[in-house]
Amino acid sequence: MTAVGHLLQAIIEPGFFTSAPVHVALLAGGVVALVSGIVGTFTVMRGQSYAGHALGDLSATGGAASFLAGISPLWGFAGTSVVAAGVMDMIGVRRPRGRDLATGIVRGAGLGLAALFLYWDATRTSTTGAPITILFGSIFTIGSSMIPAIAVLSIVAVGIVAVLYRPLLLSSVSTDLAVVRGVPVRIAGALCLAAIALAVSLSAITIGAILSTALLVGPAAAALRLTSRPGLVLIWSALIGIAATWIGVLLAYDSYYWPPARQGWPVSFFVVVLIMLFYLLAQVVGGRIGRDSRNEERACSQAS
Amino acid sequence: MTMTRQPASQESAAIPDALAVDGVSVRLGGREVLQDVRFSIKPGEFVGLIGSNGAGKTTLLRVILGLLPASSGKVTVSAAGVGYVPQKIQLDPDMPLRARDLVGLGLDGQRYGIPFPSRARRKLVDEMLRAVDAEHIAVARVGNLSGGEQQRILIAHALISRPGLLLLDEPLANLDIASEQEVVALLGRIAREQRIAVLISAHEMNPLLPVMDRIVYMAHGRAASGPTDEVVTGERLSELYGHHVDVIHVHGRVLVVAGRGEGLDIPIEHSGAHADGA
Repeated sequence: MTAVGHLLQAIIEPGFFTSAPVHVALLAGGVVALVSGIVGTFTVMRGQSYAGHALGDLSATGGAASFLAGISPLWGFAGTSVVAAGVMDMIGVRRPRGRDLATGIVRGAGLGLAALFLYWDATRTSTTGAPITILFGSIFTIGSSMIPAIAVLSIVAVGIVAVLYRPLLLSSVSTDLAVVRGVPVRIAGALCLAAIALAVSLSAITIGAILSTALLVGPAAAALRLTSRPGLVLIWSALIGIAATWIGVLLAYDSYYWPPARQGWPVSFFVVVLIMLFYLLAQVVGGRIGRDSRNEERACSQAS
Repeated sequence: MTMTRQPASQESAAIPDALAVDGVSVRLGGREVLQDVRFSIKPGEFVGLIGSNGAGKTTLLRVILGLLPASSGKVTVSAAGVGYVPQKIQLDPDMPLRARDLVGLGLDGQRYGIPFPSRARRKLVDEMLRAVDAEHIAVARVGNLSGGEQQRILIAHALISRPGLLLLDEPLANLDIASEQEVVALLGRIAREQRIAVLISAHEMNPLLPVMDRIVYMAHGRAASGPTDEVVTGERLSELYGHHVDVIHVHGRVLVVAGRGEGLDIPIEHSGAHADGA
């Protein structure tokens, strides 16, 4: 066996590629990362990272309720975050400050409900792991029966931003320019927020409601450093998200034999740390690539 | 926006107006922001919309664009399409958008779906970038460009769809003198060569004097319009301001100065270094 073969064997624990939960985790995690990477690019460009974060938190409310109702948390996550997106869109989103206030108020109320539901989950039902699953995700317990639902929600979320690609791009530059060109900015904005809500609900089932923003914003933020072309940012962002998720799944699988408990470390931990590392790496690489000749020219003229 | 065709005015029945503003008034929160504003622009005409901050220039442009309803009066746009360059846009350097992407959005930014790269589209964008002398910054991030460069890109964005009327809101604000002259020369050339009616707002008329065919001078929500030398007189502007102002010509520049000499002279509109220490 070659050196590379030995290395791979050391990294990839035996059984990784034959385990059914790993298959589902790689498939679902990959799809979710793809959706988050694409929708996240628009989130970052439109300056709606805080709204995305709040929608992630709010999806926890529905996730917690779904445990009580005995349905799949995905429906709880998606249901509440889409409704919350609608409410946030209705109460003052015209101005950035109004938007942040509306977001903050809705988020506070939602998290309060989440606290109540999680308390009931933990005390009234036997599923003591529910709070952890909802807040921090549980990628290895996604049933293969969930795959069709994940696929449908993914197609809807990506479909929205694909159809609205140019109008959203234009209105991120200037709402007035978009209105003058006949873009229905109000509806486009509401639909984009709905796509963000779906994206965070999807990542809530893989890495958890609390951490879903990391997958939404992180890969997109890293991708912005690597290229100035809007289309390429989408591709980089999706690739970074998928890489972080897949490597995260692999490391979590490996960690089964790690201290302290020899119970495995949570996937979410690895995914979030990897996203952070990718972001830092992109800062370093992008610092060199992204600085085009114009900037260097300006830096020189400022220095002189 | 009202897009009705209007019978041409008596004086030159042959050429219809690209834009006619007919007795437009706007009340916002009980305050009369625009008061019976009327003027018209012919195709190929370059008109300066001049007035200090708060005179109502931006409000008027927003009414013409249909972004704000007029309380009374009528705006008639007969030109095929309107191009718009908004007031200073805050473009984040993090925004992944190259100059050529923003120009391209002027062509099809309102369309749905993923754009397919086409040679014809690429060629149009290249031509437009050349027309505003911006080929060398085509692939630079818009947020990293200087104020003058951003203005040129926004002008290209507004012009690529071949509008008959171009509206610009304070495109010279925050520009250094060299970029200011560049942008004015560029706009003058475009208006002449492509017979586009240009309405450009500015708080300072002097940079526009070389290219301006006519002026719409605004004060307190009211407007006086006509040939520059007929409007910019002590008599017309005193009437508009509602108090005495003097119009002084210094080295080919025009200063509008309030007051009669008793007490302090308050320069209403001044031309940079020349007016200082008056």
